[in-house]
Amino acid sequence: MSEQLKVALIGNPNTGKSTLFNDLTGLNQKVGNFPGVTVDKKTGNAKLPNGHSVEIIDLPGIYSLYAKSRDEQIAFEVLYDRKGKLRPDLVIVVADASNLKRNLLLYTQVADLNIPVILVLNMIDVAESNGLKIDINKLSNKLGIRVVAVNARQNKGVDELKQAIADATRVATQLRTIKVEELAPELIGEISEKFAVSSPYEALQLAHQHENLSSLSSEQSDLIESLEQKHSFHSSSNQAKETVARYNFINDLLFDCVKQDESAAGETFSNRIDKVLTHRFFGLIIFVLILFLVFQSIFTFAEYPMSFIETLFLDIEQGLAKILPDGVFTNLLINGVVAGLSGVLVFLPQIVILFFFISVLEDTGYMARVTFMMDKLMRKVGLNGKSVVPLISGVACAVPAIMATRTIESWKDRVITILVTPLMSCSARLPVYTLLISLVVPETKVLGFLSLQGLALLSMYLIGFFAAIGAAWVMKRIVRSRERGYFIMELPIYRMPRWSHIGLQMYEKAKTFVTEAGKVIIAVSVILWVLSTYGPSDSMKAIDTKYETLAKTTSNNAKLLEQEKSAEKLEASYAGILGRTIEPVIKPLGYDWKIGIALITSFAAREVFVGTMATIYSVEGEGDDLVSVRQKLASAKNPETGLPVFTVATAFSLMLFYAFAMQCVSTIAIVYRETKSIKWPLIQLTYMTVLAYVASLIAFQLLK
Amino acid sequence: MNLSELAVGDCGTILDFTDQEMSVKLMEMGCLPGEQVKLEQVAPLGDPIAITVAGYKLSLRKQEAATILLKK
Repeated sequence: MSEQLKVALIGNPNTGKSTLFNDLTGLNQKVGNFPGVTVDKKTGNAKLPNGHSVEIIDLPGIYSLYAKSRDEQIAFEVLYDRKGKLRPDLVIVVADASNLKRNLLLYTQVADLNIPVILVLNMIDVAESNGLKIDINKLSNKLGIRVVAVNARQNKGVDELKQAIADATRVATQLRTIKVEELAPELIGEISEKFAVSSPYEALQLAHQHENLSSLSSEQSDLIESLEQKHSFHSSSNQAKETVARYNFINDLLFDCVKQDESAAGETFSNRIDKVLTHRFFGLIIFVLILFLVFQSIFTFAEYPMSFIETLFLDIEQGLAKILPDGVFTNLLINGVVAGLSGVLVFLPQIVILFFFISVLEDTGYMARVTFMMDKLMRKVGLNGKSVVPLISGVACAVPAIMATRTIESWKDRVITILVTPLMSCSARLPVYTLLISLVVPETKVLGFLSLQGLALLSMYLIGFFAAIGAAWVMKRIVRSRERGYFIMELPIYRMPRWSHIGLQMYEKAKTFVTEAGKVIIAVSVILWVLSTYGPSDSMKAIDTKYETLAKTTSNNAKLLEQEKSAEKLEASYAGILGRTIEPVIKPLGYDWKIGIALITSFAAREVFVGTMATIYSVEGEGDDLVSVRQKLASAKNPETGLPVFTVATAFSLMLFYAFAMQCVSTIAIVYRETKSIKWPLIQLTYMTVLAYVASLIAFQLLK
Repeated sequence: MNLSELAVGDCGTILDFTDQEMSVKLMEMGCLPGEQVKLEQVAPLGDPIAITVAGYKLSLRKQEAATILLKK
């Protein structure tokens, strides 16, 4: 075979399409991007019984070829775009056998495009236990194609499917389902004359979707538009007519091929679970308990791997410092690159644990119920039931959380969710809060058992959550949108989680986080390293000479001198100059120029704040040792007034600043990528900075 | 009557739609004229609702359900 056969998998959501994709390709798969949209493009190779291998493309789960969101659009685009690299030679339609009627709608649409097709009836076990008897041979004869029954979860029928792929011809054999031409005879005729289409249905699809197809030029699109006006074509009434015709075909087909065993009917297991899990009262309590369990696990289980990663990187830094010769390069490597890398990887355990839970909840079908229960509440503030998952994920890290907004079909709801998610208290804020709280909140107990410091930390999380809700409420009134938000969503049946699938999900999320957040954080860490290492050469040289003479003349401890020197160098560096420049602006918030430096350096990632404070106040010992940083900060005095720098007012003002400000370059980058526009990250950066400034200003002025 | 007025556990048959744009989406999801629907549950906060239609469970908001007319 000169060219590898291309096979596309298409099907409704919740049909087990991705499990089947994994069964077919094993771990031999690649994740890439479709141009212009945010859906992941998954491709892989499958080995056939005849020794050939074929390329499998997993298309996004859709209910119909008429896309409801930009991401769904890609499915028709791939099937239509003849010149596209992905255009399949064969399409496998994956249908949920227990829910054939609705699943076959997509089949009839794909079949009418005249591409060779195989129908897979997945979840055949569920169909059987529901008392459905499907006559597969009859179905196959009536449709004119191979129909394969599969249980992807148990890898049953996959070999037969591979054989069917090997046997597939390059000519479409399926029988026509509905009389497409009758839907718009003249229009279909004219489009077919002017465009190279392989079927009347493709012509009709062009009429419906021409505005969204990137493979059509704008002249072509305008031409179709004018033809539509000439033949007074109404897209939505025509679609309604088509859907009714298709369901008539499906009803006739199923009447002949499927028998329902009435004795098996009755309340399903799934329905009984729903009675409890979405119960008016217990439903919400169970949800809160699950949330509690998830957060507890994130913070307790992640602690050990996190401290392991921190120690490991400290060892690497020290090891490198010993091996490599002193110099700019070594310094850049250790304090720029390795430090940046450590800042990324330290959050990995929390993210992996979070996505373990989210994947399990999604895979069992529970997440759909959370969406169902929360929709009303979320809608009140301008969000959507589906915003719940991103908001919860935001507690670990905004980067994967913002990627999780892809499931929200409504563009307005999705944008608002993206804009407010970074206000949720992510784990990078935790070191900042911990340091500042330990500095100003006494270690006393309230009511005998509640730690005051713990309560302060909890309030910071609540402040983040309520800020997100409030910001969404405001934006709901500002963001304009012509499209209507829908909440027409399938509640899939409850199933046991597929552990291998969950493992794969965790791996993919971890990988995306490391690559997406990693490259940005490392790049910015290097820039910030340059800013804080270099300064105007005169003043830098002066410091060098000063400490050289000091080292000769005084008997002071050499280590102490070294620390004072690096603190003074940081002051004189470009970062220090910047800190002094912004001092007038941040003074009303209670910050001096030293804090200004930390605000600048922690722009890459919030947790850098602690490390920078350690350097500025020339902390002895390891830079990340919280106790020593705290002692230094507590004794820091304002040279003009002689009063302590870190008062309750300053500390709370700083905490509020970190709660609201967009101190995270990775988030800005991911928002840019997900919204495909510079406008949204800019709006977000602006509103969050203003919010942070105003909140800190008020807090400081009230508390001082 | 329309679908949003159905009581939990009650059934009805879809007659027609009041909103064409919405009807396209609803029909794709299996809500067709002549199809029987059963109201399975109402979310804890009173909205959305979940129905059984075409052999599966579908959730939709009340305002969306109100565009589906039933004959009873």
